[in-house]
Amino acid sequence: MATKQKVDAVIVGMGWTGAIMAKELTDAGLNVVVLERGPDRSTQPDFAYPRVVDELEGSVHRKFLQGLAQETVTIRHSADQVAAPYRQIGSFKPGTGVGGAGTHWSGCHFRALPEDFSLRSNVVQRYGRNFIPEEMTIQDFPVTYEDLEPHFDHFEYVCGTSGRGGVIKGTRQEGGNPFEGSRSRDFPLGPNPDYLGAELFYKAAGEAGYHPFPIPASNASGPYVNPYGCQIGKCNFCGFCSDYGCLNYSKASPNICILPVLRQRKNFELRTHAQVLRVNLDDTKTRATGVTYLDGEGREVEQPADIVLLCAFQLYNVHLMLLSGIGTPYDPVSNTGTVGRNYSYQNLNRVVLFFDEEVQANPFIGIGGGGVTFDDLNGNQLDNGKAGFVGGGIIWARQPGAGPIRGINVPKGTPGWGSDWKKAVKESFRHNFYYEVQGACMSYRQHYLDLDPTYKDGFGRPLLRMTFNWHPNEVKAAQFLVGKAVDMCKTLNPKTISAESKEPGAKYNTTQYQSTHTCGGAIMGADPKTSALNRYLQSWDVHNVFAPGANAFPQNNGYNPTGMVGALAYWSAKAIREQYVKNPGPLVQA
Amino acid sequence: MRKILLTLLIILVLLGIGALVFAFWPTNSRPVAVPAGGMADAGLKERGHYLALAADCGACHTKPGEAPFSGGLPLASPVGVIYSSNITPDKETGIGDYSLDDFARAVRHGITPAGATLYPAMPYPSYAIMPDADIAALYAYFTQTVPAVRAENRSAEITWPLSMRWPLSIWRKLYAPDPDQVTFDPARYTDPVIARGAYLVLGPGHCGACHTPRAITLQEVALDERSTDYLSGGPVIDGWVAVNLRGDNADGLGTWSVEDIAATLRGARNPHHAVIGKPMQQVVTDSMQHMTDDDRLAIAAYLKSLQGSGRSKSEFVADIGTTKALAAGQEPEVGAEIYLDNCAACHRTNGMGDERVFPRIAGNPTVLADDPASLIRLVLAGSSLPGTQTAPSRLGMPGFDWRLSDTQVAELLTFIRRGWGNRADAVSADQVADVRKTIADERKGEGTAASLAERK
Repeated sequence: MATKQKVDAVIVGMGWTGAIMAKELTDAGLNVVVLERGPDRSTQPDFAYPRVVDELEGSVHRKFLQGLAQETVTIRHSADQVAAPYRQIGSFKPGTGVGGAGTHWSGCHFRALPEDFSLRSNVVQRYGRNFIPEEMTIQDFPVTYEDLEPHFDHFEYVCGTSGRGGVIKGTRQEGGNPFEGSRSRDFPLGPNPDYLGAELFYKAAGEAGYHPFPIPASNASGPYVNPYGCQIGKCNFCGFCSDYGCLNYSKASPNICILPVLRQRKNFELRTHAQVLRVNLDDTKTRATGVTYLDGEGREVEQPADIVLLCAFQLYNVHLMLLSGIGTPYDPVSNTGTVGRNYSYQNLNRVVLFFDEEVQANPFIGIGGGGVTFDDLNGNQLDNGKAGFVGGGIIWARQPGAGPIRGINVPKGTPGWGSDWKKAVKESFRHNFYYEVQGACMSYRQHYLDLDPTYKDGFGRPLLRMTFNWHPNEVKAAQFLVGKAVDMCKTLNPKTISAESKEPGAKYNTTQYQSTHTCGGAIMGADPKTSALNRYLQSWDVHNVFAPGANAFPQNNGYNPTGMVGALAYWSAKAIREQYVKNPGPLVQA
Repeated sequence: MRKILLTLLIILVLLGIGALVFAFWPTNSRPVAVPAGGMADAGLKERGHYLALAADCGACHTKPGEAPFSGGLPLASPVGVIYSSNITPDKETGIGDYSLDDFARAVRHGITPAGATLYPAMPYPSYAIMPDADIAALYAYFTQTVPAVRAENRSAEITWPLSMRWPLSIWRKLYAPDPDQVTFDPARYTDPVIARGAYLVLGPGHCGACHTPRAITLQEVALDERSTDYLSGGPVIDGWVAVNLRGDNADGLGTWSVEDIAATLRGARNPHHAVIGKPMQQVVTDSMQHMTDDDRLAIAAYLKSLQGSGRSKSEFVADIGTTKALAAGQEPEVGAEIYLDNCAACHRTNGMGDERVFPRIAGNPTVLADDPASLIRLVLAGSSLPGTQTAPSRLGMPGFDWRLSDTQVAELLTFIRRGWGNRADAVSADQVADVRKTIADERKGEGTAASLAERK
């Protein structure tokens, strides 16, 4: 096996967290090597117009998503079942290649609410200890909104996020989210223009007494140069964000926001088609010596490093930790161990409004992250005691762009083919909007990740196994929030409303796309007995391994995770630069 | 009859002898004064380094992947491939044995210590104006700062009789200025900033080498602004047209601000336009981005002082007729339809592109250049900006050669050369076919195109 020269830091994965870490650590003068399992990708040639706007290639053949032939997960609903491999992209869409899921995301760029950080203690304080079901394993984040505020802010400025601040330095701002945590300054760019469905949403939400505000979108509303000198172009509403790389330099991605700077650096090296197999530990199992990977020609290569940064997609970060023996695997029976614990997801539900022909929805126009939402049913605004479930959510109007191959909404009861279907398509395509309900998802003792005993990946390693199903708490939340959405939409007098909410007894359907917001499994926490990472995203057990990403969320809130993922990566990078490099060792004493 | 032939023969022999005498008659050059601070002065070497950047010596004398200034880069010339020379201070293969005067003779006169004339790929007609102090600074830098590298010089690949060197000295004596007569005089300019810009453009920057038209005998038709032909646009170089840098409104820089020009030199882009040609991109990355803001602004101020040459037939008067027609759903020509289907997503129906990211088509000098070679190449093969220190983003445009036929490209370009107030000649399918073939040959790696590609 070939052994490369030792580097200061090796990074697994070239998505958002990998790019952020590489930027911060090369800034600090460290020699950094990034190992990316997929190909290199840049706007030119990979997302070049007009080739990229191909629905068949992008949304059906999933050209830009992770191929599942070599590496995937197995999924089951409960511990008494045999899990089956996730062989086709369905409910979630991990990325691959340079940019990772940061190339094919939509662009919704939220900060978490201050109260989201202390969810468990907040719920206990408001509704008492008994309000939390016994099997619900939610925790407080070991950091506060205030800790992360500078990093939320910086990441938004790196991305050219377009929005309207609601609270700036403690002062309420007209048109923004009045319930948000205070920001140190406004967004770098103002909000994108509203499509018709967003205008109607403003009307309906306003009449219902809610406080609508523009969804913070990392789809630029104007030309922008970020603090690194990288250029972002004004979004042209082409409607090819989700599933696609941006052809227009408008949607923030590691590729356009950070990599242009990294690629010029001598202390940065990117190796693509480099599949990391495991993190190597020394005999004490408390220090990593580097990683072993397969290069593009299938040769095993060892890359020694002083610091190992796991920056893969959430699921694969957890997978690598389990495969490498970093930390103790979680055991749901004894409720011990940390790696694999607290897997959570996102509770997405949809309401479709069909109008007569005079309402021109033009659903082919789209901005992935643009639109409008409100926080009146999220965080502390929601009376969970009355609503009867833990966690809130948001209702939003968002039109990321639709097309014939990606699917056309038709009213409930329409046959799936034939002349009636055609008639419904003709009547619906240009005259419908959908509003979504995006709810939080709590973590439970019985929802976890571990190594599958049956199936192996293309490299001979056991697959990661996901055990997850909908809990009555999330079903209740879905029904409550969808009910609110339907009530609100009635004032718009649509011809029909199709509301899709989870029903009691609903099972997790892996074949239908819902959300790529898979979270947890290697969570951050204050207690090494119930968390895999400390507050700096450092492994409690192997001090020179850091694992930034959504794997660190103890549970998921109602928002999209990318803003939080970026902020946590900057937070972790700061600790590495300012503390760890000077004095390697645990940054928090267990 | 025999008498006439004999007379003709005598005349030819005499002409030949005359040419040889003219060619071999020695050229005098003044000795260069050693600066007061001596040749080892750190400031002198630093200034030499800056001048070497401004003159972009590395563009030709450094082969990618090889030691700086060790030469060996192939350069296409009309007569064959020339290889740049090793100008590191190696005693045997470089310029380690050059005296200051030898160096000055090579740089300003184009004469080697052995007396041979350099191919004018070395822009000594431009360097002729450089004062002794700057020559000394360059000498100090090249002989003391640059590490010596042993790298044998490679002979030019030029076939006899063109490979004979002595006729070059006739060319030099006829067309290259005498450095002793043309030392730069800032007093010729009223504004000291413009004078500084003029020096950099005329001298070290040797902008005219590409951007001034050349006569049939290959000399630049003008070496400074006293002729309106100076910098009025040069030939196609490595597939890209060297654009008109004068104040012409359509194919020149008439609509550009001083800041636009300075930004372009710094980052290969400005809010409305971008440098699409690889040769100029290389000038920016290797040379211009390393200069001071003041010097870039001075160059821009000088260029803005040049009135239009009037050589081009193109015109530009902004006109929103095209925008209105497209917005109204009118596509009067096939070219308009092709534009909407392929270009408008980024360059928009108003032809204004998008600030800082997608260049304008309306009033764009590359669109309006008499020779549409760059435009055709751009549409067929695309182009990406280089990442620079201040503008790292490699923004780019894809090629459309896989999608558009020669006729379609011709129709498209004819449309954009006449839309939004642009007025330039139609583009023919034959012109497109020529460029397409050239690109295909380059990709196959044939002929000189292959060695040129190494410069990338």
